[in-house]
Amino acid sequence: MSDEHARAAPPPRKLKLATVSLAGCFGCHTSFLDIDERLLPLLERIEFDRSPLTDIKHCGPCDIGLVEGGVCNAENVEVLREFRAHCRVLVALGACAVNGGLPAQRNNIALGELLQEVYRTGHGLAAGSRIPDDPELPLLLNQVHPVHEVVRIDYFLPGCPPSADAIWDFLNALIEGRAPTLGPGLLQYD
Amino acid sequence: MAAATLETLLGRHGHDGTRLVQILREVQDALGWLAPETLTAIAHAIDRPRAQVESSAGFYSFFHTRPLGDYRILFSDNITDRMLGSQALLRRLCERLWLEPGRVSEDGLVSVDTTSCTGMCDQGPALLANYRAITRLTPQRIDHMARLIRRRVPVSDWPREWFRVEDNIRRRDVLLGNGLAPGEALAAALERAPTALLDEIERSALRGRGGAGFGSDIKWRACRAARGDAHYVVCNADEGEPGTFKDRVLLAGFFDLVVDGMCIAGFAIGASQGFIYLRGEYRHLLDLLETRLAERRAAGLLGRDILGRGFDFDIAIHLGAGAYVCGEESALIESLEGKPGKPRIRPPFPVTHGYLGQPTTVNNVETLALAALIAVRGGEWFRTIGTASSTGTKLLSVSGDVARPGVYEFPFGVTVAAVLEAAGAQDTQAVTTAGAAGPCLTAEAFGRRIAFEDVATGGSLMVFDASRDMFEVARNFINFFAHESCGLCTPCRVGTAVNARLMDKLARGRGSPCDLEEMEKLHQLMQHASHCGLGSTATIALRDMLARFRPAFERRLRSPDFAPDFAPAFDLDAALSQARGMTGRSDPGAHLGDETSATGALRAGEEPR
Amino acid sequence: MNDSFLLDGETIPFSPGQTVMQAAAAAGKYIPHLCWHPDFAPHGSCRLCIVRIGGRYATACTVGAARGQVVENRSEAIDAERRTLLQLLFVEGNHFCPSCEKSGDCVLQATAYEMGMLTPHFDHFYPDRPLDASHPEVLLEFNRCILCELCVRASRDVDRKNVFALAGRGLRSHLIVNSESGRLADTDFAATDRAAAVCPVGAILKKRVGFAMPIGKRTYDPRPIGKSHEPGTREDE
Ligand SMILES: Cc1cc2nc3c(=O)[nH]c(=O)nc-3n(C[C@H](O)[C@H](O)[C@H](O)COP(=O)(O)O)c2cc1C
Ligand code: SF4
Ligand code: SF4
Ligand code: SF4
Ligand code: FES
Repeated sequence: MSDEHARAAPPPRKLKLATVSLAGCFGCHTSFLDIDERLLPLLERIEFDRSPLTDIKHCGPCDIGLVEGGVCNAENVEVLREFRAHCRVLVALGACAVNGGLPAQRNNIALGELLQEVYRTGHGLAAGSRIPDDPELPLLLNQVHPVHEVVRIDYFLPGCPPSADAIWDFLNALIEGRAPTLGPGLLQYD
Repeated sequence: MAAATLETLLGRHGHDGTRLVQILREVQDALGWLAPETLTAIAHAIDRPRAQVESSAGFYSFFHTRPLGDYRILFSDNITDRMLGSQALLRRLCERLWLEPGRVSEDGLVSVDTTSCTGMCDQGPALLANYRAITRLTPQRIDHMARLIRRRVPVSDWPREWFRVEDNIRRRDVLLGNGLAPGEALAAALERAPTALLDEIERSALRGRGGAGFGSDIKWRACRAARGDAHYVVCNADEGEPGTFKDRVLLAGFFDLVVDGMCIAGFAIGASQGFIYLRGEYRHLLDLLETRLAERRAAGLLGRDILGRGFDFDIAIHLGAGAYVCGEESALIESLEGKPGKPRIRPPFPVTHGYLGQPTTVNNVETLALAALIAVRGGEWFRTIGTASSTGTKLLSVSGDVARPGVYEFPFGVTVAAVLEAAGAQDTQAVTTAGAAGPCLTAEAFGRRIAFEDVATGGSLMVFDASRDMFEVARNFINFFAHESCGLCTPCRVGTAVNARLMDKLARGRGSPCDLEEMEKLHQLMQHASHCGLGSTATIALRDMLARFRPAFERRLRSPDFAPDFAPAFDLDAALSQARGMTGRSDPGAHLGDETSATGALRAGEEPR
Repeated sequence: MNDSFLLDGETIPFSPGQTVMQAAAAAGKYIPHLCWHPDFAPHGSCRLCIVRIGGRYATACTVGAARGQVVENRSEAIDAERRTLLQLLFVEGNHFCPSCEKSGDCVLQATAYEMGMLTPHFDHFYPDRPLDASHPEVLLEFNRCILCELCVRASRDVDRKNVFALAGRGLRSHLIVNSESGRLADTDFAATDRAAAVCPVGAILKKRVGFAMPIGKRTYDPRPIGKSHEPGTREDE
């Protein structure tokens, strides 16, 4: 989208990177770690803020946020908003973040019916099973949404998961303040 | 019983597949709805694949493949109806009948819904009761109607007065004041050779009144020159443009002139068959017109050997079934052939490959009436009226915020201001000059002239005074196009739906500036990429209103510091409603606020640390 | 035969009666398209093939080639509009490629790659069109149908069966089959029909052959669709 967002500050300051998995399977994070030995030079340029790789619980001001997974519950919404508020550049990472993905395949079933089936009437449930109402558990949204339907997203990196090479190219472009593009063979939806 | 009805009916249509739209309408009239087994039976009888029959049945708004009640009430949903209070009347009727709009009552008795403009803007609010037009609705009429429905009184026994349709002619000029006898124009035309007649039309510089302003002589000559087994004349009486009703008035009061015009066109191009494609909303005219055609046949003014001059020409009337796109000439021809009204790939144009692949000239009702007038009075005479490149007069349907809505005949070149003055418009903030599909003018442009070279119009002028919310006007138009897109091509099918969704989002106060940009972008795309005129004109009024009435749109945006460049289309807290209901939770975690006021959030342009 | 026009600056010969698309394809040049197929009459519905000829927009699959035309095809401006058209198609249907058997062989997906579509951008409509698995050999997944009518044309013009048609209007347009039950099994459709093999997307799928090709070996894995038209490569299926 707009170049302003893409233009990160030049070194020496290390750029802050936050990552999160919402309604995703951590596949995109795994793919990220698949950049393998390239992780070391990357760490010269960036430091992680909130991420499954650190134990920082809340996102501070960041240069780049990577969001994996779609938005399926109230907690996803809160976290996504936190990322949007704190990250100058927010990236939808992977198929589920980009279009809702597998979780969104429930979107044509009314949530009520779904909960009823899973917790009350489905096969193999213990007698007296009921729909959990523990306030600790986030409530489900009526439908699963891709992240761009909930907050503004600056860049999209599709793929299920995006390949390590695609993530590497993308991140390098962002770090160097270029608008990222995906080279030949790196744009994949599956 | 059903089988017997079906057989008689199909027999009357000669089991002719090209009459499928007519067959479907009559079968539905007789049986209430088009059940799956009915469609199968029709397909057998006309020897067409069942899927094609279902395809046509599924395309037109006035056909239903599920039962929609013994009484189907459709409120005309043009902006002019809304301005006259149609929405409150719809709610009132629903309340009286214990009904939700769009749903069939539990006893299967009645359903109430909306339909696109029914062409009664000068005498609205209007509705269709079992596809019969009722005008000048009032709360009293609605209450009375609810009682009649509950007592199961057939629509044919409802008060006659309700079905009265006025002509409301407010200004007559050469056309509406013609004073010609039936057949007089035709007799004058038959005095000449067809080529001489074409020369006369050429001298008149007559241009089509259907919107595009195509030279009628050029069209007729091309059609005459095209080779084919038969040639056809089609009178385009689909008049679907919101705010237009002048063709209705011509058909109701000047039908002989229109028929003369069709015969003349047939004589000029070498046709012996004509069709009138009458929009389904004008069902009330059908019997009248059929009777008049029969009378003309008896009087030697139609059919074999017209006026004893060896010229054969007959006319069949086809009734549309609720599809605006069928006004587009190639979609109209598809519909005449019994198919869904989807515009064809052009070229080839109808003049060479039209009805059944044969040379066909499609003309607007008014064009044909004017051709008849020219045949008597001459092209030179006609050219003295109007402007150099827009000769003659133009019928204007004027509605909205005016004291005297109705039909005005003015010579081309009249200013918008003069029309407004004649109609008694006051405090006018905007006028749409080509229905929902054209520009929206504001005061500084009222000095412009009605003419093809300036303000081109098919004749629909809707007037909005300063009290009107132009956002709601735009939204009404956008919803109209989303409903009427034929669905053939991507930009219009999905683009109109996205636009409608964006306008709904704004109406809910959830918009952001990027939604307005999105609409501009879709406008460009639909202009460039649409297959027919419906898609390429669907956003012109919106674009004008976005430019000229920006504040009406901006009022619908969330506060700028909340949504500088983005806002979701849906209410996130409401999206938790089903889960809250299922779990019975109401704790703070069971709700989502509008925004996070996350501490330490970045402000625009700020850098981390 | 020395008639020619210019396509993005390159001279393309054509013979009388050819469309711009046909002439370009014959010359091995790619003009993006979804509803066009060399074996069938053009349909002009997807609008992916819009080009600019002397500044005016036209669809390459329907417009006749003419001497001296200057045709703008792969400019950034036109590709951007094509990208938007693709995005509209993606949100209209339900395209979750990772679980689609057509992935890698899909013309919609391959065209979206070629146009560099990174996101469907618009809010999704998530249509609810139940799939039809009634036929023993072929599955219909209506949520992926892009309404190109290739199956309609193939079944009507080649198979002479009229198994398919479109019904509805506007966004409610949808594919139907030729049976009162609405089930494919109750038509005379056969897996050997041309209509069974012509769908550019994963809406008409032969059963039990899905995911047979490993990733990397599928139609568009080695060569993007924009290069598939060059001499020596096969078109579509
Ligand atoms: C979406 C659409 C709707 C149209 N509706 C009408 C109509 O209701 N009546 C009409 O005469 N022409 C209508 N037209 C124009 C016709 O296609 C055609 O140009 C016209 O009937 C030609 O008649 P004329 O030469 O007498 O103007 C419509 C065009 C489009 C694209
Ligand atoms: S522009 Fe709209 S009405 Fe015209 S063909 Fe396309 S979808 Fe149909
Ligand atoms: S049809 Fe094509 S675009 Fe759609 S899900 Fe399948 S592979 Fe993806
Ligand atoms: S099923 Fe396939 S071939 Fe048929 S219309 Fe849909 S996308 Fe086209
Ligand atoms: S390929 Fe030309 S419109 Fe689809």
